[in-house]
Amino acid sequence: MNKRNFLRAAAVLAALGVVGMAEAQAQQTPIKIGSFLAVTGPASFLGDPEAKTLRLYVDTVNRAGGVNGRQLQAVIYDSAGDARQAVTFVRRLIEEDKVDIIVGGSTTGETMAVVPLAEEAQIPFISLGGANVIVEPVKKWVFKMPHSDRMAVEKIYEDMKKHGKTKAAILGGSGGFDQSCRKEAKDLAAKYGITVVADETYAPTDTDMTVQLTKIKNTPGVEAIVGCGFGAPTAITARNYRQLGMQNIQFYFNHGVGSQQFIDGAGGGAEGMRVPVAALLVADQLAANDPQKKVAEDYTRAYRAAYNNEPVSTFGGHMYDGFMIAIEAMKRAGGTDKAKVRDEIEKTKGFVGADGIYNMSPTDHMGLSLDSFKMVEIRNNTWKLLY
Amino acid sequence: MRRFLDARTGGLLVLTLIVALLPLLLPNKFYYDVAIKTLLNALVCVGLNLLIGYAGQISLGHAGFFALGGYASAILTAKYQWNGFAAMAVGMVGVGLLAFIVARPILKLRGHYLAMATLGLGIIISIVLNREIPLTGGPDGMSVPALRLGEWRLTGTTIWYWISGGTLLVAVWLALNLIDSGVGRALRALHGSEVAAETAGIDTTRYKVLIFVVSAVFASLAGSLFAHAERFITPTEAGFLRSIEFVTMVVLGGMASTYGAVVGATILTVLPQLLTKLHDYEHIAFGAVLIGVMIFMPKGLVPTLKDRFRHLAGGRPR
Repeated sequence: MNKRNFLRAAAVLAALGVVGMAEAQAQQTPIKIGSFLAVTGPASFLGDPEAKTLRLYVDTVNRAGGVNGRQLQAVIYDSAGDARQAVTFVRRLIEEDKVDIIVGGSTTGETMAVVPLAEEAQIPFISLGGANVIVEPVKKWVFKMPHSDRMAVEKIYEDMKKHGKTKAAILGGSGGFDQSCRKEAKDLAAKYGITVVADETYAPTDTDMTVQLTKIKNTPGVEAIVGCGFGAPTAITARNYRQLGMQNIQFYFNHGVGSQQFIDGAGGGAEGMRVPVAALLVADQLAANDPQKKVAEDYTRAYRAAYNNEPVSTFGGHMYDGFMIAIEAMKRAGGTDKAKVRDEIEKTKGFVGADGIYNMSPTDHMGLSLDSFKMVEIRNNTWKLLY
Repeated sequence: MRRFLDARTGGLLVLTLIVALLPLLLPNKFYYDVAIKTLLNALVCVGLNLLIGYAGQISLGHAGFFALGGYASAILTAKYQWNGFAAMAVGMVGVGLLAFIVARPILKLRGHYLAMATLGLGIIISIVLNREIPLTGGPDGMSVPALRLGEWRLTGTTIWYWISGGTLLVAVWLALNLIDSGVGRALRALHGSEVAAETAGIDTTRYKVLIFVVSAVFASLAGSLFAHAERFITPTEAGFLRSIEFVTMVVLGGMASTYGAVVGATILTVLPQLLTKLHDYEHIAFGAVLIGVMIFMPKGLVPTLKDRFRHLAGGRPR
């Protein structure tokens, strides 16, 4: 090979190399997962573990080679649980960051505020909000992870019935999730032979619930309190409940309180309260043959190892499920085409997550059943599985 | 050049050009959305500037008026199927009346009593919007139907950019005319010395009330437009912090300068969006910018820069 030919060959090789690199680069553009979470503010019990879980699993998946050969990138904004900010951030995620999917929305309120945006932009949106209204009626592009408030109320009413309690008081906030739960509690009461004798409301930023609790205390015949809420107000409620010495009335909270922060924040006030929650919180107490045991234990181990032994919460679990369902759908769709990914999310069948076993369908965009809900009681500042 | 800057029409022409040409630089809907928010905040500030800069009164309740306008549009169109423009007008008249009823007795007094009264009013409005859940949807807000012009549904960020921009230009034009009219001169006299103004035969109370009502109506209009543009409204809009934000925009831009109000609103709306890239340091950076401006430019951005520019151009400082 003379010098000239050699140079020509080298030039061709170099050119090929450049093209090859460009191609590799194209494959390397990361898959963007957008999220808006209540990392600060009254709903930070929810958003904080959710953000940590998302970061943790994006890293884990990236270390294992990513999805479809592409790395993942999380874009997380702190909405502080405020619907107004959520709207701004979701617009930003869609238009500016051009994310491929949105997994987020710690609360029902912020979720409902951005549903029209996701529908309009035709982007798959997996919400971590609790209320039924998110998926009922079914919205084409919107899915949700946690059990619904209706299921929580059903589980609570079943437990009340079992213990012969028929007179309930409802106590909850004025936010979207609380309102939705309150409505379900009223609608379902007759079906379980329960009468609602009191109904009290607080604002999400209230710092004292003594007034509402005193009113319930003074209502004759209340046998149980159904608490509709999440975040800081629930811990305050529990503290006031103990201060007022109301332990003779059984307190049930819905699944909005599934974190150790609630128990700690209540300062002992949560003792004896019953809560329907996902199996994740009682992973170590599950039967060995429980299909969720492995998932729950693996998540707990990974989360605690990454974050200084911090206890897990059901909220982080919602994010785990949402994230996993999203990337499984992308794998099956063979890419990030939004319509295909949406279809694949809808086809999720038998996915074992931290919240339960998901079986989605065109008419069910949540996919959980009542039996994956566990009734737990708070004893000695931790969760005790009842059944 | 100096004459050009001073001229009412000159400034308005520059603003018109900016509004008209800005879309060329806006890459996507998100930026349009920020632009719309900027224009509507500027609309509130142009009104508020009349009150703060010319009548020398402070209102800590303008977010309340803004939210009332927004909720009037939201509730009347969503729950009672009203025409959007009728709802907007009712909001403006209602807010104007409310402002009049509150201000009339208070502005007879000298001093900053209006600040206290509007502070209270703003908080009451915020509480009502948060608690009247069946009507307002509570703290999580409510969605708002699209504004309709005949059969035409006004949706999409581009349309709303032009609506907001057009409204702002008209508002600026109105404000400039008001300042240059007898009312404006009376107000400036009043700002200088209330006693002197009264001695000169100016009914100070009447003018203060008038300007307060006008600024409240501007806020209400901005709120209505905001509700339809965003298609969603929450009681956060009525919050005390939002009122403070509006006052800060006016002070930052420069009191008694209509364009200053526009500049202040622009900076305080756009800056937080730019700073989200800095994430954890956002609030620190934001605070530092404000402190810096107040230390080095106590008159506000626009008047200070205008003075410097004139100085450089060889004119005498104002």
